[in-house]
Amino acid sequence: MTVNTSEVLVRVENLVMHFPIYRGIIKRQVGAVHAVDGVSFNIYKGETLGLVGESGCGKSTTGRAILQLYKPTAGDVYFKDQNLVELRREPMRLMRREMQMIFQDPYASLNPRMTVRDIIGEPLMAFGLASGKEIDRRVDELLDLVRLSRDFSGRYPHEFSGGQRQRIGIARALALNPSFIVCDEPISALDVSIQAQVVNLLEDLQKEFNLTYLFIAHDLSMVRHISDRVAVMYLGVIMELADRNDLYTDPLHPYTQALLSAIPVPDPVFSEKRQRTVLEGDVPSPVNPPSGCRFRTRCPIAETICAEKVPEWREVRPNHFVACHKV
Amino acid sequence: MTAVLKPSGDNSKLTETLPERKISRLERFLGPENYRILRGLIKTPASILGFTLIGLFILVAIFAPVIAPPVGKDAYKIPRDGFSSEPLPPGSAWEKKVPELPFWYKALTGNDEWVHLLGTAQGQYDIFYGLVWGTRTAFRTGFIVVVATFLIGVIIGSVSAYFGGLVDNIIMRIVDIFMTLPFILAALIAAAVLTPVIGKTLVPSILALITFGWMGYARIVRGDILSVKERDYILAARVVGVKDSRILFRHILPNAIFPTLVLASLGIGDVVLSFAALSFLGIGTEIGYADWGQILSFARNWITSLQTYWYIVVFPGLTLVLFVMGWNLVGDALRDVLDPRMRGKS
Repeated sequence: MTVNTSEVLVRVENLVMHFPIYRGIIKRQVGAVHAVDGVSFNIYKGETLGLVGESGCGKSTTGRAILQLYKPTAGDVYFKDQNLVELRREPMRLMRREMQMIFQDPYASLNPRMTVRDIIGEPLMAFGLASGKEIDRRVDELLDLVRLSRDFSGRYPHEFSGGQRQRIGIARALALNPSFIVCDEPISALDVSIQAQVVNLLEDLQKEFNLTYLFIAHDLSMVRHISDRVAVMYLGVIMELADRNDLYTDPLHPYTQALLSAIPVPDPVFSEKRQRTVLEGDVPSPVNPPSGCRFRTRCPIAETICAEKVPEWREVRPNHFVACHKV
Repeated sequence: MTAVLKPSGDNSKLTETLPERKISRLERFLGPENYRILRGLIKTPASILGFTLIGLFILVAIFAPVIAPPVGKDAYKIPRDGFSSEPLPPGSAWEKKVPELPFWYKALTGNDEWVHLLGTAQGQYDIFYGLVWGTRTAFRTGFIVVVATFLIGVIIGSVSAYFGGLVDNIIMRIVDIFMTLPFILAALIAAAVLTPVIGKTLVPSILALITFGWMGYARIVRGDILSVKERDYILAARVVGVKDSRILFRHILPNAIFPTLVLASLGIGDVVLSFAALSFLGIGTEIGYADWGQILSFARNWITSLQTYWYIVVFPGLTLVLFVMGWNLVGDALRDVLDPRMRGKS
């Protein structure tokens, strides 16, 4: 898919999201979880931006902070040149028509006491877009769209499989005709065979409605398949951002290299030949992240400068951004 | 460079169908969720027993005027057969002021002499009349107290969970203070203090039981709201632009209230038991008012010779036990059905 690089749909500038930690009887703030620490990127209209990283690195928080489900500690999020951070409650609610979200856990994201019709029809009702029979008609359309039988509209979530539930969630997200959807690990809770179905469905819908996705995942092969560009996140900071092929064939950041070498290869001969970078240790605590470069404690090529200075976010090649002193 | 894993999947196969299932007319009428609850409720032998017991008590309460035709103006005043203190055994004949003979008695026994079916208690109060009309008292006190404590608890718990922070802290500490008081003792003192003000009616005991009975509901509602609030589907509702009030009433409360509802159904039995305890201790209604605890309290002076006068304890005691057991069985069945983990298993 060619991306029209001229039109920016979402612009994230220096987004910071800290969750305060309180202790004691008087609830004194003793620290903060640095979930997202200064993240900037653009999402172009019609593209899919993949966001990958280990669990706990702030991917989901970034997605939720963009949708203003958390109030960001600092930074700005522009959607079509409107700064969402400045919006009050009600104007922000109205903006939600344009931006939706698909959740990771299809078992937790559907209200167990509502029928499929009520779940998918709820956004229409919330904005007064339809009522009565009209909702039924629209719900049927949406069920067709996600390839579920119309007979399901009277049923409850617990009657469905994970993949079917995820499609109900997708139908709900599509109900308002949004232009931007945050897909928060939409496939990681599903069986591998179902994953492909859902990913293909997401791709079909993108083509049909010219949707823009922020696709959060930790499955690198799946991200490679669906994304136009990919951002790699580590401990609340984006380490590398590049076009998909660029990033996968020629990763510049040592963390990206390590991640890519961890993808299992279904070819034992090739698998033995390839050089693997195996990271040691654990991700440091986001309460007290390392000085300088976040990755230096596990980086195979770290030097003294990495501990002293935060690496600059540079465009080393056209459309290929890296934050590393050694590149 | 790694091999590309192309996901494969055929979208035409996505339109799956669930297995055909016959949907009965009752299910259509009630909706699948209520139908499932109903079906679960009448499934286990224990719940059937519970519902039968409660059903019988309801019938007794409704048909009290037929089962035991009232004597005098106040039907709740237990008719007396004289004033002698020694209880009479079941089956002894009415001597003085014989009440109207219920029609079913003649039909069943062929006898037109009305007897003390279950004997009399100290002071010649007829136990049968007391138990039949006492059923109404039990339902009345049980429902009033449970509904009131449930509402108070749900409102206080929701406020606490909704506002959080300092408000939550203060409310929950007040709940803690109430919880530390020994329930029966506190209710006893409160009812004893209220009785001279309000008079010897059901009201002082009811007020006392309400005052010290709402904390459990408040705690459970608060906890459940706090846990439901963090679920993904609440977030999802916010994402699709649902307003806060609707999120609270449509998404949070329906998912948070059910454990409390189960607790409430279990609570009716407990309330009636506590109420009987207060009556037994002499707090509450006038002497001679149809109320199970009161009849039991007539047995206080005869504890040493219960081998002779067993009926003054066994009949009211058994009634109380069956009533409480019925509600407990119903409550257990409700809990099983409303537990989300039981979904799809019935």
